[in-house]
Amino acid sequence: MKLLLGNDLKTGAVVWWTGRDWSLHVEDAMDVGEHGETIARAEEAACRVAGAAVIDAEPGEAGPRPAHIKDRIRALGPTVRPDLTLKPADPSVGSWVI
Amino acid sequence: MYRYDQYDQAIVDARVEEFRDQTARRIAGELTEDQFKPLRLKNGLYLQLHAYMLRVAIPYGTLDSRQMRMLAEIARKYDRGYGHFTTRQNIQYNWIKLEQAPDILADLATVEMHAIQTSGESVRNISADQYAGATADEIADPRPWAELLRQVTTFMPEFSYLPRKFKFAITAADSDRAAIRWHDCGLRLVRNEAGEDGFEVYAGGGMGRTPMIAPLIRSFLPADQLFGYVQAILRVWNRHARRDNIHKQRMKILVHELGAEEFTRQVEEEFAGFEARDVDPPRAEYDRIAAYFAPPPFETGLPDEIDRSDPDFALWLDRQVAPHKAPGYAIANISLKPVGGIPGDISAEQMEVVADLAERYSFDELRATHAQNLVLPHVRKADLYAVWQALDAAGLADVNLDLVSDIIACPGLDYCSLANARSIPLAQKISTRFADIDRQRDLGELKIKISGCINACGHHHAGHIGILGVDRKGTENYQLLLGGSGAEDVSAAKITGPGFDEDGVVDAIEKTLDAYVRLRDPGERFLDTYRRIGVEPFKEAIYG
Ligand code: SF4
Repeated sequence: MKLLLGNDLKTGAVVWWTGRDWSLHVEDAMDVGEHGETIARAEEAACRVAGAAVIDAEPGEAGPRPAHIKDRIRALGPTVRPDLTLKPADPSVGSWVI
Repeated sequence: MYRYDQYDQAIVDARVEEFRDQTARRIAGELTEDQFKPLRLKNGLYLQLHAYMLRVAIPYGTLDSRQMRMLAEIARKYDRGYGHFTTRQNIQYNWIKLEQAPDILADLATVEMHAIQTSGESVRNISADQYAGATADEIADPRPWAELLRQVTTFMPEFSYLPRKFKFAITAADSDRAAIRWHDCGLRLVRNEAGEDGFEVYAGGGMGRTPMIAPLIRSFLPADQLFGYVQAILRVWNRHARRDNIHKQRMKILVHELGAEEFTRQVEEEFAGFEARDVDPPRAEYDRIAAYFAPPPFETGLPDEIDRSDPDFALWLDRQVAPHKAPGYAIANISLKPVGGIPGDISAEQMEVVADLAERYSFDELRATHAQNLVLPHVRKADLYAVWQALDAAGLADVNLDLVSDIIACPGLDYCSLANARSIPLAQKISTRFADIDRQRDLGELKIKISGCINACGHHHAGHIGILGVDRKGTENYQLLLGGSGAEDVSAAKITGPGFDEDGVVDAIEKTLDAYVRLRDPGERFLDTYRRIGVEPFKEAIYG
């Protein structure tokens, strides 16, 4: 599956396209199929995100898992500061990233 | 320390307002990202994996307590309570919001700081010996020259759109603590037999994809001709650089392709024109700047003896404290490399502790080092115990300067959008594996340097042991390099062989060091043994 991610223009936070809007959580991301680039250009033009990009991912029970480690780190936060990630209390996130 | 005059302040303040306007126009949609990106980069603002990242310049690594407190305040108010000292003696914040970036720059301007030219195709922050003005092994404080260079290369139109970035490093000491030959232009202040000051000029060094050690192109440049000569270097590069090929734009490629001799000939030819036009600032301007760097009022008659009865303090003393030029004083190194910690990271609270110590015990001066540590440059020996106690209470009293756990590591894939692999977890694993301080001391001077990609911000080419992160079909892989140095015995490290996964490279380092312990002659550092016996015994130990 294909996901669309970007950085929120004002805050820089990593955000995922949900089909209607942007979410901080990759679990909310939807498969953009062939439409990722079109949505990306439109959302960038509307100044909601910067650096929008289409990435590969695998569907999973808990939601999509980006195929590349870089995108998994973007989804979660720095692996070396679990306290600053989106799931600071979840001990299993490390294995999700790696 | 240099203090802004009204012109410096006006320039920086105007720049803040300019960026405030640019940011507002970006948020309002009047500028596209393509239009805005070069503008934000000129103000040190990157877009990284998780957020915007702001890189703040610390010219020649020198700052005072007021500035350090502001860095702490920014960490707390606009970021997540910490900062990261870099290999260019700068500090980076990882969680910046675009809408707040102009306010941060405005706050920085109140303490004579900025983020100008910490990115983009410009002359970057000029780095220097962190012991400048304090060490006994220099002929003079090189920082007035660094400040002069900073002023003439900031916003100079000819240098505003360079082919690529350009990095200066400067020292006046025999020991090279600034890795000058790994820079586009490395300068060593020397004194000739007539007692005149001048520079050894090295040009065309750099790391990245193509590591090059800068050759000497001038053995004595009269100091007051520095700007003319530097301008000639930049102009020759600017004229011939391969702007068509991103991998060939750095000056090291031009120096390599022309050859040092021909490059030097062209620089000298260009310089003759500058010399004739007398472009260098008048001596009075140098004197004005140099007055800010006058030595602090050191007390005389201070004792040199130190009470070593506390064994932990004695350990710290032996490792972290360096000789000072003034009797009764010492240079205190502060490790930002706790075992299992993140190299170069420091919390806002720790910054404030260090600022307090600088104010109370070091004539209000601090230094950031290219090895991602801090320095209190002028501490009375009698005050070292109090300094150590305060550092210890703040978790800043690690005893590992230049040892195996004093690792340089770039942010890598945990933060950096260009990364192939993570650097920090590797540094954490290595420092944990070798945590035992007796083992560290037995292994002696050892410089491990880790980069998360070929850009080499972690200086892996200059590591006694270097590690380069690569992406092998979507998984992190690490190449091991041996034999580099950024010091006066400069050399480029060589790749040992096939790469490793994260645990594999830690094992490989252990095998390398076990081999070193077996094979070393008395008194030899790892680098000495490597140079004496070559890479083969180490390859055998690692891969055999
Ligand atoms: S070496 Fe590469 S990964 Fe590390 S900070 Fe530099 S660009 Fe980023």
